[in-house]
Amino acid sequence: MPVSVHSSKLIYDALKACDVRIISALPETWLVHLIRMADEDPEMTLVRLAKEEEGVGISAGAHLAGVNSAMLMQNHGFLAAINPIVSLALLYKIPLLMLISYRGHMGEKDPWQTQGGLVTEPVLRALNIPIWHLNNRSDIDRRLKDAQTLAHASLHPVAVLLSRELMWED
Amino acid sequence: MLRADALQAIYPELQDRIVVTIMGAVAAELYMLGHRHNFFYLEHAMGLASSMGLGIALSLPEQKVIVLDGDGSLLMNLGTLSTMARYKPGNLLHIVFDNESLLSVGGFPTATSTGADLAGIARASGVPQVMEANTPESLKDAVTQALASNTLTTIVSKVEAIGPKSFHMDLPLLENRFQFKRYLEKVRK
Repeated sequence: MPVSVHSSKLIYDALKACDVRIISALPETWLVHLIRMADEDPEMTLVRLAKEEEGVGISAGAHLAGVNSAMLMQNHGFLAAINPIVSLALLYKIPLLMLISYRGHMGEKDPWQTQGGLVTEPVLRALNIPIWHLNNRSDIDRRLKDAQTLAHASLHPVAVLLSRELMWED
Repeated sequence: MLRADALQAIYPELQDRIVVTIMGAVAAELYMLGHRHNFFYLEHAMGLASSMGLGIALSLPEQKVIVLDGDGSLLMNLGTLSTMARYKPGNLLHIVFDNESLLSVGGFPTATSTGADLAGIARASGVPQVMEANTPESLKDAVTQALASNTLTTIVSKVEAIGPKSFHMDLPLLENRFQFKRYLEKVRK
């Protein structure tokens, strides 16, 4: 499977550098290595979800309890979690660090991913959620740290979009 | 059983514990019994009180966390039962008041009124301890037993579809949010 182990490891290490202790996730092809790394790390609590919206509740609980968390999801998972993002995270000023695999964008071969790809950024913008694109390995540490810093300072969700260039090695 | 009577019966067990409650009648009735900084009222995001409780329970394993849920809310997020059961935090107690109704929004019947069995769904999802308690006394006993057992527990309590006259709470939701966070920070130390 041509999902980049190297990039996944850099992202995972950057999350650790952000002192992330809880990761919620639903499997998606680009996220397999990240989820495996979280599962194999005794310092990390990996919460495997039935649906992405649960992850908003788990991150909200973790934040109120003083624990840093991150959410791993596909952009369709983000779309499935919009009401909790609005009526829990935005309403209660909860910072969320959302790592979203940006399927259905340039280079996508799976037709079923393409509608979600088209609406991901417009929906994030409509929700007033800041977007960081992760395209380059050299940016990963800095961008994840800065995303978490802004989330905590603003008490607001942030979205980090994981690109095909970073995650997929054809 | 009236939910207000059920809440009154278990209030002594709630008052010094971390409590996350759903919106509407449950929130208002708990608030009327006496607000505490360790109570969080999730005034929207139906279905997620149990997910929040799971997040807190995993973050603060030394603390007991009690979630007050409802049939309408739980039916919106049945996957939460399988997720809670997967991690089985022994410090999490999930109480579901089942009035077979979406009382706060007009009283329309939920699927528990036509036979959906939330205790059965919890058991089949793998929740290790599931109890049913339909009187204030039996609910109090079940709560005491669940808290002493250090086992993830779901208690389903059938209650009448009767709520308070007013759902007004003199507590802005952000005030509640910051109060609650400060309380959790204090117990974390």
